[in-house]
Amino acid sequence: MLDIQTQLFESQDLRLGPIDHEKDPEIESRWTHDSEFMRLMDTNPARPVSAAVIKKQYEKLEKQVEENKNLFHFMIRTKADERLIGKAAIQWIEWTNGNAFLRLGIGSADDRRKGYGAQALHLLLRFAFAELNLFRLSAIVPEYNEAAVALLHRFGFVQEVCRRSALERDGRRWDLYVFGLLRDEWQNGARAREE
Amino acid sequence: MKDLFRGELVRLTLVEPETGAKAAILWQRDSEFQRLLDNSPAQSNSEKKIREGFEKDAENGFKPERYVFSVRTLAEDRFIGFFSIWLDLIHSEAWVGLGIGAREDWSKGYGTDMMKLCQQYVFCELSLERLSLGLFAYNPRALRSYERCGFRLEGRTRMDTMREGNRVDSLWMGILREEWLQLQEGDGK
Repeated sequence: MLDIQTQLFESQDLRLGPIDHEKDPEIESRWTHDSEFMRLMDTNPARPVSAAVIKKQYEKLEKQVEENKNLFHFMIRTKADERLIGKAAIQWIEWTNGNAFLRLGIGSADDRRKGYGAQALHLLLRFAFAELNLFRLSAIVPEYNEAAVALLHRFGFVQEVCRRSALERDGRRWDLYVFGLLRDEWQNGARAREE
Repeated sequence: MKDLFRGELVRLTLVEPETGAKAAILWQRDSEFQRLLDNSPAQSNSEKKIREGFEKDAENGFKPERYVFSVRTLAEDRFIGFFSIWLDLIHSEAWVGLGIGAREDWSKGYGTDMMKLCQQYVFCELSLERLSLGLFAYNPRALRSYERCGFRLEGRTRMDTMREGNRVDSLWMGILREEWLQLQEGDGK
């Protein structure tokens, strides 16, 4: 059945929505002072970023969304108090191949391990497969991001590639994983969870 | 010291925009070539646009994030292809993409020779820890060549490319510096 009643951007506790150019830069800037968060989110060198620079990044991002047409970006907020807790994107979309890459981060350590990541991922998958009509979704995760690896497994992602020793951090080399989830697998998994 | 720019069949040289554009305008007529190179839609670019791309490469060739080489045969000094290396110096890794334009030049060992020069450049001159590449499951010729060069298949992203209505896998390969060094010892070099 065509289910347009179920909200795409709302879960039990969260809402996916746009950037707030006034309020968000300050909060995201705070996240960048947490090196653990930066290293879980990105393979680029972690460094604190000012609210002013974050603001410019948002403008660049929105320009990219408009011009490249291969990126959808969301801020993640709590429904109860509209508090910004993370960000997410479906990016590097190849429309002709139906493939794209997933990005998801919960910014503050206090908001992690509360199930917010799972709620957000649930929404993102529905958006990717039922709204963008993608055929598959990929995610790139460093070996040391155990929470992300566990979450992706829980949602049925398959670890497809192990790029051996592709990262260097804390004086040693780490593997970088590529995960993939096909639309069929997502549909069957969603059905199994409902039953 | 090793000769970084001379292999057994080919040599590496600078990007020549004029020669490059004249050759590439013919290569792009061959849609199979384009589909082996990339999984974005095959397209037709003007000679002007291609030349400008090469001119940009010639200027940017030695910016640390990307290096581009032209490849010529040793026998006839003929321009047959190119390779690009994208660098991630923070994590000491490079990605390589190579192309040999004319199908008469395929399956002659040029690609393997190019790749060996590329590996030597990455490990002996750039001193990186890892070299990576991607290819499509419908390119067994490239797979064999890369395996011969010591790359290991590290996985496949399932059905991430759509060609002629079929879903095909992308293959991911990599070789580590220590693996490459071991291979060199095996060759008695």
